[in-house]
Amino acid sequence: MIEPRQAIQQAIEGSEGPAVVAYLTAGHPDPDRFLADLDAVASAADVVEVGVPFSDPMADGVTIQRASHAAISKGVSLRWILARLRERATGPGAPVLLMSYLNPLLVHGYERLADEAALAGVAGFIVPDLPLEESEPLRSALERNGLALVQLVTPATRAERVRTLAAASSGFVYAVTRTGTTGSGALAADLAGYLGMVKAASDLPVCAGFGVRSREQVAEIGRHADGVIVGSALVEVLERGEDPAAFLSGLRP
Amino acid sequence: MITDRATLEDLLAGLLPDEAGRFGPYGGRFVPETLMAALTRLEDGIRDVFHSERFGHLLSAELVDWVGRPTALTRARTLGAEWGVELYLKREDLAHTGAHKINNAIGQALLARELGARRVVAETGAGQHGVAAAAACARVGVPCTVYMGAVDVQRQAPNVDRMRRLGAEVVAVETGDQTLRAAIDEAIRDWVSDPEGTYYMIGSAIGPHPYPYLVRELQAVIGREARAQMEGTVGLPDAVFACVGGGSNAIGLFHGFLDAPTVEIFGVEAGGRGEGLGEHAATVSRGRPGVLHGTYSRLLYDDDGQIQETHSVSAGLDYPGVGPEHAFLADIGRVTYFAVSDDEALDALDRCCRAEGILPALESAHALAGARRWARENPGARVLVGLSGRGDKDMPILTALGGRP
Repeated sequence: MIEPRQAIQQAIEGSEGPAVVAYLTAGHPDPDRFLADLDAVASAADVVEVGVPFSDPMADGVTIQRASHAAISKGVSLRWILARLRERATGPGAPVLLMSYLNPLLVHGYERLADEAALAGVAGFIVPDLPLEESEPLRSALERNGLALVQLVTPATRAERVRTLAAASSGFVYAVTRTGTTGSGALAADLAGYLGMVKAASDLPVCAGFGVRSREQVAEIGRHADGVIVGSALVEVLERGEDPAAFLSGLRP
Repeated sequence: MITDRATLEDLLAGLLPDEAGRFGPYGGRFVPETLMAALTRLEDGIRDVFHSERFGHLLSAELVDWVGRPTALTRARTLGAEWGVELYLKREDLAHTGAHKINNAIGQALLARELGARRVVAETGAGQHGVAAAAACARVGVPCTVYMGAVDVQRQAPNVDRMRRLGAEVVAVETGDQTLRAAIDEAIRDWVSDPEGTYYMIGSAIGPHPYPYLVRELQAVIGREARAQMEGTVGLPDAVFACVGGGSNAIGLFHGFLDAPTVEIFGVEAGGRGEGLGEHAATVSRGRPGVLHGTYSRLLYDDDGQIQETHSVSAGLDYPGVGPEHAFLADIGRVTYFAVSDDEALDALDRCCRAEGILPALESAHALAGARRWARENPGARVLVGLSGRGDKDMPILTALGGRP
């Protein structure tokens, strides 16, 4: 049996054209529709990131801030998400990662988190406020269950550090395509040079995102990376009550 | 790395924070990867520029000529007699712009300029750090943007106008709880968008390493002066009190006395209007370890790890986190932290006005109220209280609360 973190890698590498990594904030806009939304997204994406809402999402732009606060106010929490994911219990399909700021994970307890996440079918974690230097306790707990801890690299990261981060990552390497928060703004000036550098430094597939909204951007990023991450734009589609699967399919070049 | 087993001796020997930015288990650097390079540059700048002799002279001159240091040590005869102790006040309220915040702001503004920053961003709650940042940036000639929660913009309108007059751009933050916490979130978002050209001037001894160290070093002038002023006249105090929100004035004052074993040290937190989550801001005495705004420290959060809103009559103490060094000092038992209520602080403020002709900030009034409580059990003791700022800024709140005159 392959480990969950290898399943992430295989899902990306198995995609025809650039893989689509899709983000939704758990329980937003409607907690009762969470699993239905998740299934719809998972049917059209290669990997799904489920956002754990946090009170202070300092790396996120306005869309995901709004989604996080709304979800918290409706009772969505890490415990709630893990319970819903256990109910879902579908077999094969797009691997699911949890994207969470550190404090909810820390408060839950890393050992318990790793066990419960594995039982709920979670394949790995992305933690935007956990740099490599602080990641050892969570990393070792996740590794025992074969779960990924995806590392992020940014246009501000020097080549030597990109190599270190890529070597420490699992599942894929998350290449932030712009400085700034999620959801808006232009792509990095020299996208090809930047992503080429990350690709060369990494044995894992490289997925790029932050501010991806259009098929043209997916095509452009897809020329230089193995996958494209779509977050805020998808959250807005769900907020408008539109079909997330149709939106995601429409992004594929 | 010393990490979890760190002791007071390690701290006094200058070994803390350690290379990972830790005070025992607390501190560290929990930020998005985008900021890691900026924090490393700041660390290099502290080593190469901040600790240089030239910078030391530059800063000392500004502290004397522009800030107005040293600030006075005032014997509070009437209030002391009332409380049955020998009472001294370290008068940070006399510093330029009216509070200790300026010690940090001018130091970081000079550092930002030396490091080639194109602009400075800062956050503010009540507006004191915002005013200090605006003034310091005007003085050194670097553009300044201040993030302030929309709620605070409403309640502190005079300070908003002051910042704008001093040339700063003030941005009202409409997200989150629209107070200090949301302002920090937003200042960090701005910094994340331009980590190369923007310098983030944090206002308290919080945030990712090396900020808690940098702010402590800049505020340590309070404790150095107070120690020399006390020893040069009456001798060491028996007890030292300071209010603790993020904890920058307290850490600065405490550092003058940590190595004096006969001096008891107390951090006074905002007890607000009750013991329930959301009714106070007593982070060290009632919080739990967690991560917020880049540092591992004590925090107020619920069972899901969501940071909680706080309450204090004092906007400057209204913050759910605290500097990591305070969490460490509490754990090793060198400093005792406890909370006083809104009402106790207001009463102490009132007494200080009438007895000494000094209107303290609502924050500083918490330190006074803590000292008064301790004085009841320790008659005749010699007590030093950090009067971190003046209360002029609190007049709208005091007027709204009514009571005297």
